[in-house]
Amino acid sequence: MAGTVETVFRIESARIIAGVARIVRDVGLAEELAQDALVTALERWPESGVPDNPGAWLMATAKHRAIDLVRRKETYARKLAEVGRALEDVSPPDPADLARTAEDIDDDLLRLIFTACHPVLPTRARVALTLRLLGGLTTEEIARAFLVPEPTVAQRIVRAKRTLAQADVPFEVPYGDDRTARLSSVLEVIYLIFNEGYSATTGDDLVRPALCEDALRLARVLAGLLPQEPEVHGLAALLEFQSSRIAARTGPGGEPVLLADQNRTKWNRPLIRRGADALQRAGHGPYSLQAAIAACHARAIRYEDTDWTAIAALYGRLMALAPSPVVELNRAVAVAMAEGPAAGLKLVEALAEEPALKDYHLLPSVRGDLLERLGRHAEARAEFVRAAALTRNARERALLLERSSG
Amino acid sequence: MPRYLSMIRVDEQNAPAEGPSPELMERMGALIEEMTKAGVMLDTAGLAPTSEGTRVTWSGGKISCTDGPFTESKEVIGGYSIVQAKDKAEAVEWTKRFLRTHEEFWNITVEVREIVGG
Repeated sequence: MAGTVETVFRIESARIIAGVARIVRDVGLAEELAQDALVTALERWPESGVPDNPGAWLMATAKHRAIDLVRRKETYARKLAEVGRALEDVSPPDPADLARTAEDIDDDLLRLIFTACHPVLPTRARVALTLRLLGGLTTEEIARAFLVPEPTVAQRIVRAKRTLAQADVPFEVPYGDDRTARLSSVLEVIYLIFNEGYSATTGDDLVRPALCEDALRLARVLAGLLPQEPEVHGLAALLEFQSSRIAARTGPGGEPVLLADQNRTKWNRPLIRRGADALQRAGHGPYSLQAAIAACHARAIRYEDTDWTAIAALYGRLMALAPSPVVELNRAVAVAMAEGPAAGLKLVEALAEEPALKDYHLLPSVRGDLLERLGRHAEARAEFVRAAALTRNARERALLLERSSG
Repeated sequence: MPRYLSMIRVDEQNAPAEGPSPELMERMGALIEEMTKAGVMLDTAGLAPTSEGTRVTWSGGKISCTDGPFTESKEVIGGYSIVQAKDKAEAVEWTKRFLRTHEEFWNITVEVREIVGG
C-alpha cells in the first residue's frame, strides 16, 4: 500500500505543489502541504482502499488544507485589523479552485517551474529546487546525483525556499521581455541537470543516466506546457538526441567510447525519432542549433557518413549567435573533419591563450588528436598528458593516459 | 529511466462489435495527452483486428504463414504502449489509469514488461 501511495505521489507531486502554491503563494509551504496530504493518504488508504482517482484525491486534500490555512490567516489578519493593524494582503481562495481545467493545472505547473528557476536564486539552488519540486527527487537522490553530502542539498533547498519567500517572488508566469530572460534561466537549469548526468564532471562514472532522464522528462514537460516557444522544442530535441546515445557512450567496463567508435546500432531509434519531431518545431536559437548538430550525427548511419561540412557551418552560426571558446573548439573539430587536421589545428591554436579554456581538458585533448593525425606524435603525447592532468573524471583520465602512451 | 512495453490483451470475441465508445475514446485521449505532457508516453497505438493479421513462423528450418483471424487464442494483443517511467510501479500505476478509462463490460489484461537496455 505504501508503495502505491508513494508512486501516485511521485507522479502527482509537482502538480499538487503547483496547485497549492497558487493558493498559498509560497512554494515551500506548498510542498509541506503536499507532504501532509501524502501522510493522510498513507494513513487512510490502507483502510478505505485506493480511491478511483488517487491524484485528484491527493490534490483535493492538499488544497483543502491550503484553503483552511489561508482562512485562518485571514481571520488572524481581521483580528489584527480590529486592533488597528494593517490588513495582510491575502486574497480569498476561489471556490472554483477544486474543479479546474487541465489548462489551469498547466498554468500552475509553469508558474512552479518559473519560480523554482528564478534568477534571485543561485544556480545550484535553482537546480536542486527544480529537481525537488518538479522532478520529484528526494534530497538524498539529488545529493547522490551531484556527489555532495545530503545535508548540503537539504540546506540549499531550505535556503532557496526562504529566499523566494523573503524576496516576495510572485508565483506567476512572466510576460514580455522578462519572460524571454526567465525562460532562458529555466532552459539553462534543465540543460545543466542533463549535462551533469551526461558528462559527469567528477567521480568514477562517466554517465549518470538517471539525471539525464530527469532532465529529459523536464524538457518534455516544458515543451508540452509551452508549445509555442521554439527554443523549448530545440532543447527537448537536443536532449532526445543526446539521450539516444547514452548506451553507446560507455564500454562494458564503464570506459568512455568516442563518437567515432560508438556502436550506432546501440543508439536508441525511438528517441532519435522523437528528437527529429521536436527539431521540426524548433527555431534558430542556441539550443535549436545544437539540436541540429546532434541531428547530423544521428542521421549518419556510419561515422564516415557524418556531414562535417554541415556541422561546421552550424557551429559557425552558433558562434555568431552565442560565441564561446568551447563552441569554437567544437567548430575546430568539425572543420578538421571537413577540411583536414591542419585547418582545425589553426583554429585550435588561436584558442591557446583563451583564459576560459586554461583548465579545460578538452583543449589539449583535441589538440593532441589533431597533432596525432598530422603525424606529430611526440607533441600529441605531451598534449594527452596535459589533458589527463586536467580532467577530474577518472574514466576520462584513463583513456587520455592510454592515448598518451601511444 | 527504464522503458516499458505494455501489451494490451483483449478478448476479440467479446469486445463490442462497434468498437470503443466515443466517450471512452475521449477519456483515453485525455489520458494519453496527460501522459505525453508528463514526458512518460513514448508511443502508443491500437492494432487492426487479427483477421487482417498474419503469423509468420520459423520452425524446423521452414517458414510458414498463417492468416488471421486467430480464433484459437482467447485473448489477442489489441494495442500497445511504450512508456518511460522511473520504475515498474510507476508504469503499472499509469496502466491502472488506462484501464480505468474503460466501461465495466470490458475484459482487458495488460502485460507490463521492461524493455531490456531501455
